Amino acid sequence: MKKLILSLLGGGCLFTAQTGVYAQLLINGAGATFPYPIYSKWFDEYAKVDPSVRFNYQSIGSGGGQKQITAQTVDFGASDGPMSDENLAKAPGKILHIPTVAGADVIAYNLPGNPKLKLNSDVIVNLFLGNITKWNDPKIAALNPGVDLPDLPVIVVHRSDGSGTTFIFTDYLSSISPVWEDTVGKGTSVKWPVGIGGKGNEGVAGQVKQLSGAVGYVELIYAKQNKMPYANVKNAAGNFITPSLDSVTAALAMAKIPDDFRFSMVNAPGDKAYPISGATWLLIYERQKDAAKGKKLVEFLNWALTKGEGMASSLDYASLPESVQQRVLERIKTIKY
Amino acid sequence: MRTHGGSHFGDRAFQWLTLLMALTVFALIALIGYELTRGSGIALRRFGWHFLVSSDWDPVNEQFGAVPFIFGTLVSSAIALLIAVPISIATAVYLTELAPLWLRQPLTMFIELLAAVPSVILGLWGIFVMVPWLREHLFPWLQKTLGFLPFFKGAIYGVSMLAGGIIIAIMIVPIITSVAREILRSVPGLQREAAYALGATRWEVTRIAVLSYAKKGLFGAVILGLGRALGETMAVTMVIGNTPQIVASLFAPGYTLASVVANEFTEATTDTYLSALFEIGLVLLGVTVLVNALAQLLLKTFAGPSVKPQH
Repeated sequence: MKKLILSLLGGGCLFTAQTGVYAQLLINGAGATFPYPIYSKWFDEYAKVDPSVRFNYQSIGSGGGQKQITAQTVDFGASDGPMSDENLAKAPGKILHIPTVAGADVIAYNLPGNPKLKLNSDVIVNLFLGNITKWNDPKIAALNPGVDLPDLPVIVVHRSDGSGTTFIFTDYLSSISPVWEDTVGKGTSVKWPVGIGGKGNEGVAGQVKQLSGAVGYVELIYAKQNKMPYANVKNAAGNFITPSLDSVTAALAMAKIPDDFRFSMVNAPGDKAYPISGATWLLIYERQKDAAKGKKLVEFLNWALTKGEGMASSLDYASLPESVQQRVLERIKTIKY
Repeated sequence: MRTHGGSHFGDRAFQWLTLLMALTVFALIALIGYELTRGSGIALRRFGWHFLVSSDWDPVNEQFGAVPFIFGTLVSSAIALLIAVPISIATAVYLTELAPLWLRQPLTMFIELLAAVPSVILGLWGIFVMVPWLREHLFPWLQKTLGFLPFFKGAIYGVSMLAGGIIIAIMIVPIITSVAREILRSVPGLQREAAYALGATRWEVTRIAVLSYAKKGLFGAVILGLGRALGETMAVTMVIGNTPQIVASLFAPGYTLASVVANEFTEATTDTYLSALFEIGLVLLGVTVLVNALAQLLLKTFAGPSVKPQH
């Protein structure tokens, strides 16, 4: 026993000694949970590219990411939704929005026989407003000729925890329906007119899978991994689109993106664009306080937006289309340190 | 050899030290209360008492009211106590009075193991095992036999106020049982022997000599369980359905104070929103204090004077 403790202590000393040799620069970040898997992959890979810098990312949620970058307790923040003018005004300096990857929400459902459904904006909004209460509603039937729709009550399932997934979905509903915009609106949490709340993607997916007649929205990755049936959605150009990484990137390419990169890409034009998708951002001060950290951060961003983007699809994130990528790289050049 | 003065000093020091420790608990609660009040400043100023009478929870339009959450917390805890108290007390009685000696240790161990299950694990088990079972078996049966009561009417989704109450009950059974067992064990053997000597049956001995002797202590055990029930978060959030509404049916989804904080705190971006969530925390603290005070009052009024332990 004594020997074990001694060897453990020895190992510990060795370990400290080793980390002491490489004086690593530690860059701290915090925020969104949605991009956490790809960010941690990037930080892992980047450690091989530049061993002198180490990234520490806490996925505490977009709200926390915005708060911490504003309070300057982290070197960069991350958020699934752009910061509001009101919140930006509270920051001591100009905060840049750097879009990194995008994802999609899918409409997942549970019906006998799991037919492939086609839905349009009118049906989706009325399902979630509680106006369509049966699956054999004429509005759904009209879009799905040949599908045997059951006389089942619709059970709406939504996220109960605040999330970027909810933001994208309610952003979409608000953009297509003035009624939704007036009565509910968009946000990471909203006052749902109907339905039951599940915590996290797993909570919503669990309910949808268990309840016959349930419909809910989950991240594309999650629906794919769990082999849940999900709907093709009619886009702004009038085509029914299967949600996929390509159709999200197509939406990004056609979305109207202002120079500050605070954009919404829901219901984007374009023949192949999937309408219920959204980007995620890194939040970085334009004027970096710490020159050494600022330099390393910019180097990392350049790497992430080029090499890093190539890794996105392996983790089921949609990468930025080249047009957007070039604009973001130009923007990164304006960071001062 | 110690001098008289030295030991006197020792006693004093001991007294002060324990007082200090006791005050730490008090200071902690005061500090929590202070921080929560500070954090909820914006909401307190903006909504005032309205927060405690409004049922509206609308983060987009920044309208916040706590009523459905207070309702959910109280009802789910009440269900939990209703289920857990009889089970726990009966288990404790069996363990101390009736079980064969060889069985006591392993049974006790199992109960303590149950207390060690992390609540997120229990929650996942709740979603994937308990809720489907409730939906397929228990709830339909309840509706068939007791459906005339308003509590068992309406659509059955599985996730519900009742599911929330049941999962809390599972979590508080080990606490109440362990504490109750210790209390019953501390009942002097003489009590039992005296009752037996009077010709009492086993049931009478348990009732008169043990349970009524330990009444206050058992009540304390229940209060401890209640404290945990009111604040239980993760597992409840996963099975209660998270819908802020006030309805009679226990099959309908509900929402608790602790759950809404856990759900919405991380993504709350505006000051008013965050502040409202702080105030929910403050309300939870208030509800806990109030319920406990009420329980103590109940005990004083109805339980009457209990037998003081004497040696």
